[in-house]
This record gives sequence, C-alpha cells and structure tokens, in this order.
Amino acid sequence: MTAPETGASGPEATYNAFLAEGRFMIQHAPSTGEYVFYPRVVTPEGATDLEWVEAKGTGTLYAITVNRSRQGAYNVALVELDEGVRMMSTLPGVETAEIGTRLTARIEEAEAGPRVVFDIAEGGAA
Amino acid sequence: MSANGKDLRGKSAIVGMATAGMGEAHGFSAMELLGQAAVGALKDAGLGLKDVDGVFAATSSHAFPTMSVVEYLGLRPRFFDGTNVGGSSFEMHLLQATMALEAGLCDVALVCYGSNQRTAGGKLVSMSEPQWHETPYKPRHPITAYGLAASRHMAEYGTTRGDLADVALAARDWANLNPEAFARGPLTKEEVLDARMISDPLTKADCCLVTDGAAAVVLTRADRAKDHHERPAYVMGVGAANYHRSIVEMPDLATTAAVDSGNRAFEMAGVSRADMDVVMLYDAFTINTILFLEDLGFCPKGEGGRFVQDGRIAPGGELAVNTNGGGLSCVHPGMYGLFLIAEAVTQLRGAGGDRQVADATLALCHGNGGTLSSQCTAILGTEAAL
Repeated sequence: MTAPETGASGPEATYNAFLAEGRFMIQHAPSTGEYVFYPRVVTPEGATDLEWVEAKGTGTLYAITVNRSRQGAYNVALVELDEGVRMMSTLPGVETAEIGTRLTARIEEAEAGPRVVFDIAEGGAA
Repeated sequence: MSANGKDLRGKSAIVGMATAGMGEAHGFSAMELLGQAAVGALKDAGLGLKDVDGVFAATSSHAFPTMSVVEYLGLRPRFFDGTNVGGSSFEMHLLQATMALEAGLCDVALVCYGSNQRTAGGKLVSMSEPQWHETPYKPRHPITAYGLAASRHMAEYGTTRGDLADVALAARDWANLNPEAFARGPLTKEEVLDARMISDPLTKADCCLVTDGAAAVVLTRADRAKDHHERPAYVMGVGAANYHRSIVEMPDLATTAAVDSGNRAFEMAGVSRADMDVVMLYDAFTINTILFLEDLGFCPKGEGGRFVQDGRIAPGGELAVNTNGGGLSCVHPGMYGLFLIAEAVTQLRGAGGDRQVADATLALCHGNGGTLSSQCTAILGTEAAL
C-alpha cells in the first residue's frame, strides 16, 4: 500500500488555484476510472491515484431551487456533470430552469472570487 | 450477541418524560428550559437528580452539551454521550442509552434538549458549518437543501405543491387537538399555497415553526421499568443510516437513508409497518413527511404525494402521523427529535387527550439530521408489544 500522493497543497487548495487560473479541473483515478467532485484525497472506492483533468464542462440540471428574499432572488442548482459527478452551482442567466435541462459551464468572476456557473446549452431545454 | 442489535429489543424503557417552555418561554435561557424538563422527567419516574448516572444530550447552542448539562444539574454521571447528528441525535441517544444500560455502564439514563431560539431571536440557531464547495453559491440551509430535494421529487414522481400543502393541513388539524401546540386555528389549502415563496417550491407554510421548547426522557433497564412508571414505553428497535453531510453528496435526492434506518429498526423490533399505531416523522419541511412515508415503507416509492391526499394522515385518517401537530404546527425549537419521542410516549401512555390514538401499542419515531443526512428510526411499544 502506498501513501496518498501529496503535492504542494491539498485538493481543495489545488482546485481553487486552478480556478484562479481560469481552469475548471476535476479529479480522476485511472485505477478505478472514477471521477471525483468535490476534490478530496481518496475516491469512494478507495483509490488514491487521483489526477487532475479538465472538466468537459457539460452537464444536466439535477435539482434547482430559487432563494427568494427582500434582497432579490437567485437560483441554487445541483448539476450532474457528464463525468458522472454532481456539484452545487447556479444558472445566473435565468430565474429557474426545468430539471433535465442540458447545461454548459463557464467561470464567472464573483465578488468572493472565481466560481463555476452554468448556462443553458444551445437547444438544451429539457 | 445476535446481529443488528436484536438482543437489545425491549431491554430498556422510557419511564419518565416531560417538556417545558413549549412555544414561547420569555426570559428563559436554553439551559433553564432544559433543566425544567429534566427535573420534570425525573419526577415523572419517581427519581431525582442524584439517581442519574448516564447523560445523553445534544443542543444547537452548546459545543459540549453533556458537560454543560452535567454542571448545570449538579450530576456525577459515569457514562455520557453527546452524539450530535442534528435533529436525529435523540433517536440515536435511545440506542446509546440502551446499550449503556444493558452493559451496566449506567442505571438511570437522562436524554435531554432545550432551546429558547424563538424568544432569543426568532431565527433558527445552528452550529452547522458552511461547506467550502457550496459557499460560492450562497445556499441558505437548511431550506435550500430541502427545496432542492422537493424539486427533484416533483420532477421524478409528479408530486405537487398541493400535496405538500396537504401535509401542512394534516399537521394543523392534529395541532388543533393539542392544547400545547403553538400554531393552532384554521388553515386552508389556499393560504398554504399563497404563502410567501422562500425557496422554490417551498413557501413559509411548508416550513416548520421556530419555537422555544425543552424535552427530557429517563430510561432504565426494562426489568425495573414498572417500579418507576405504570406504563413504560419500551425501546423495541432503533436503526440508523447516514451517507452524506452536504446535500450535493446525497446519492439520490428523492430517496433518503431512512430506507435503511427503517429496515434496521423494524428488523430489530420484529414488527411490521402495519403494526404501527402512531407514526412520528421529522417534518422540518412538508417534503420530509412525504419522503419518510415512502422510505419507511408506508407507501410505495413516489406515491407519498398521493398518499397524503384526502386527509389520509390527518385526524380520523388511515394512518396517525405526527399527532402532536408536528414541527410544522406544534413545536420546533431547532432540533426536534426528542419531541417526536415525547409525543410517542404520551400516546403509548394513553395520555393524548383529544388527539389520543385508540389502543396505541406501537409508535415509530423517525429522526432526521442535517440536510436529509442522518436518519435514525426508533420504535417504541407498550408492555403488550413486548
């Protein structure tokens, strides 16, 4: 058994560093074929040979809610990436969307820093 | 020792129970309310503070709840457990207490909770920490998570906002039979559907109350239970399951781990769904009741929305669900799990007044913690169920 690979920093910091460079990266374990998100040191199957790969940037809307308050409304979405992993995100261009809608990712500069958000793919309505 | 804790079936019993500060308790701290409930539960069991040698607690406001309780009440326990799995903590405490009692690690177990979050600020108090991969999207948990789950259940199974409203109406109908319930009075389906939308598809009327309240129960080994109360509530079975912390990681947003916690509890208790006289489900939001009715096997998967229609879970319906009025209309002081148990004990004692379920022999309490994360199911029964 080999110890998990340790780089200059852990998976959370590495993901954020990629994001700051404008890259949406997720983890992949060649030994099991698993993709992993959110980034961590081991896969659900126990693999630790995790490599960073560019996310395809395509996915499907899995669930969505619209947070409404006096300050305004914004949606919070769960997106299933085509790699088979799920992430929390938002669809800034629309109030809400139908579950099953096809989406494409882009990196947006938000107040607190860069984040991955999604737009409805061309012809992507569910 | 046989598998799945079957040897623990019926080995402990709740012999004392009390609540305090239900609804609004102006001028009282969380610990003061908890203290009142603890003293009341011990008195109910014919016991005193000096008899307590096992302490089980979780709160929304204490990092080390057992230490705080021990000090405040002047206890000297030899066993203590502060397992915090959110609102389901107290169903888990029933299992921990049963194990500790049966192992002889304690003889009198006190399980307790208290909160003043309504009069202290009116907002849900939580020590729940943000999840770094969620933070950029500003979720407002817990409601964001439950709104997401409801959206998925609707998309997969055709559940409607009207079905969610039926859950709220049934809870209110039960609350109207309970003088201790905080939200009483008429409620129409239109009022629920027209309530302010907070997190689609959930309106304010789909959300539980924010109240004050404390509860405590006292357990002993079953062989001495009758010395303390003429109608002990025996712990027949407890099952737990947990797969995620963040809603992002929930394997299927329309199916909870209650599938497994329920199966484990029923197996340990050796009883079936049809045997349940009272079903207490953690209804922090209306979607919970639908999810748990399905996942605990009271109706097929996906049929929960249709199951709650036509008053089926309301007073006089087929299944007595949340007979106190639930977190939606009775009481919900942040963590609600112990109030499920308090109502089950009330019903098993036949002390439910206008809302009493006739000949209640078996009651199920299903606790939920986090964002549909921790699921703990406890089945309680009267002596006749043993």
